[in-house]
Amino acid sequence: MATIGQLATQPIKARKHGAKSPASIAFLVALWCALGFSILCLLTLLITSVMDGLPRLDSNLLTQYTSQIAPERGGARAAIIGSLWVIAATAIMAIPLGIAAAVYLEEFADPRRWYNRLIEVNLQNLAAVPAIVYGLLTAGFALSIGLRRGVVLAGGIALALLILPVIIITAREALRAVPAEIRQGSLALGATPLQTVWRQTLPSAIPGVATGTILALSRALGEAAPLLLLGGLVTIRFDPNGLLSGFTTLPIQIFNWAGRAEADFQQLAAAAIILLLVMLLLMNALAILIRNRYQRQW
Amino acid sequence: MTTAPSGSTTPTDWTDMTSTDAPTTERPAAAAPQDASAREIDVRVDRASGRYLPEVPTPVIECTDVDIFYGQFRAVHGVSLVYGKNEITAMIGPSGCGKSTVLRSLNRMNDLITGARVTGKITYHGQDIYGSDVDPIEVRRRIGMVFQKPNPFPKSIYDNIAYGPRVTGMKVSSMDDLVEESLRGAALWDEVKDKLKQSAYGLSGGQQQRLCIARTIAVRPEVILMDEPCSSLDPIATARIEDLMEDLRKDFTIIIVTHNMQQAARVADRTAFFTAKAAEGTGDRTGQLVEYDLTSKIFSNPADRRTEDYISGRFG
Ligand SMILES: Nc1ncnc2c1ncn2[C@@H]1O[C@H](COP(=O)(O)OP(=O)(O)O)[C@@H](O)[C@H]1O
Ligand SMILES: [Mg+2]
Repeated sequence: MATIGQLATQPIKARKHGAKSPASIAFLVALWCALGFSILCLLTLLITSVMDGLPRLDSNLLTQYTSQIAPERGGARAAIIGSLWVIAATAIMAIPLGIAAAVYLEEFADPRRWYNRLIEVNLQNLAAVPAIVYGLLTAGFALSIGLRRGVVLAGGIALALLILPVIIITAREALRAVPAEIRQGSLALGATPLQTVWRQTLPSAIPGVATGTILALSRALGEAAPLLLLGGLVTIRFDPNGLLSGFTTLPIQIFNWAGRAEADFQQLAAAAIILLLVMLLLMNALAILIRNRYQRQW
Repeated sequence: MTTAPSGSTTPTDWTDMTSTDAPTTERPAAAAPQDASAREIDVRVDRASGRYLPEVPTPVIECTDVDIFYGQFRAVHGVSLVYGKNEITAMIGPSGCGKSTVLRSLNRMNDLITGARVTGKITYHGQDIYGSDVDPIEVRRRIGMVFQKPNPFPKSIYDNIAYGPRVTGMKVSSMDDLVEESLRGAALWDEVKDKLKQSAYGLSGGQQQRLCIARTIAVRPEVILMDEPCSSLDPIATARIEDLMEDLRKDFTIIIVTHNMQQAARVADRTAFFTAKAAEGTGDRTGQLVEYDLTSKIFSNPADRRTEDYISGRFG
């Protein structure tokens, strides 16, 4: 063992524990390989889609309905508008409900009560439930209240149920990140707990809540399984115009086209995939933008 | 809810009440020249400011045999003391002896801690603040609090001040005037008058703490609780807050927790010394009040051995 005097005379530059040991280099290489592999997969998907779909990335893709007779001039118009309708319906249901649930659980619920603990455990489990189960649930629900299954409202309900746990969990994290001192400061001035949530905690948590919500919605946008189960597969040649209107969405349309043998449909599917990816990337970019813009160091 | 005066009562209201209920606690300045013998017992010149203080404080908040629990753990046992009107009362003692716990119980901020429980009696102008018909929101409006770490809201300086009056629905003829008045009251106006719309986070620590004081006095409480308000500040900022407390005493009753004995000696009219004693069986350290007296007495001639040891730096 070196005494203090001896240690002090040794150069501190010598790398004894540094990043250059064989073990840490091997680990670093493994990490880079893992990263490289996932990027490679993504690139392959992107490049093949772009190569296949490029000829069909035209205005017809956005403005035309799908066509059995002339697939080379058909487009995803009904699916795009359908996706917007369904996502809007999902957002309107899931966002207020999810934030309200998060506020209750984080700000008001007494964790010692058994029912609050039950909700807590269930929430974690719900986030892991396969998407198709929510489709089944909604189908059963729609049947029991006499709603047609393949309508925007039913699709919205299924997707809202699907992303609700994610929204609740991320919103709770955002609320938890607001320092307790802010709440205490507000309450010590004679504000009620509700005023404190409404005027201090929630506004401070909005960036985090928004980020989580957008990511959840982008997941819903790319989801096909529960909607397929609800019967959104029909080839639609009109703009959905209300909550009770029939609909198709981009993922369903892609699923449909990709299942066809004709090369024209394959091309259309690839073009629609690019479109969907661009939409998802834009949403995720928005989420990152919000997060960086409003990031706060407490 | 009977006759308890509210935080916004005029001075006449409370002098009325005290003169009928407790004649011994009349304003000492008036009583002093008349009765020479009373001067010896009742009235003393305390502290450098030369203020006259009554032997017995005019009660604003009164604790009687208070125990405070966190779940099963008894953090504080058997505290009885009276906080005097327009006085600065300091609570000192070693870390973990329950000073903050007692302070938080005075305006029901400890309600926010799950499992926290108060037994015994804490009254504000004679009214039990833990009574079943008492609204904790109302209690906190009259008994404000300044925290250890400055905690301005992530808003503009102006909105930090205006927040309290807005949420409590105070009738304010001009919010601008109220903001200015509060900032002047906290000796911050001159430093921030040109940047009221800027974020409070741009202020220095000492300025932030004075902003928190300004925000507290904006809702016109009667009592201000301060939990080690200077512990995160440098000596110059600390001195400014101490000066400020001296000014605030004219309009408010101040109760301050500090682990800085010199600070207590400098600012406080009365000082309560707490310490923690380990229980026989469990080894739980339960805080208790050792001695409560005029600050001059506590620091020059303490009655209890433990106080003397603590003051002279032998423990704690
Ligand atoms: N929120 C809390 N939950 C449980 N125990 C607490 C809590 N706050 C304080 N205590 C305990 O109560 C005792 C007194 O703490 P505190 O009032 O903070 O002391 P002081 O302010 O004098 O340093 C300590 O033993 C502390 O561990
Ligand atoms: Mg403390």
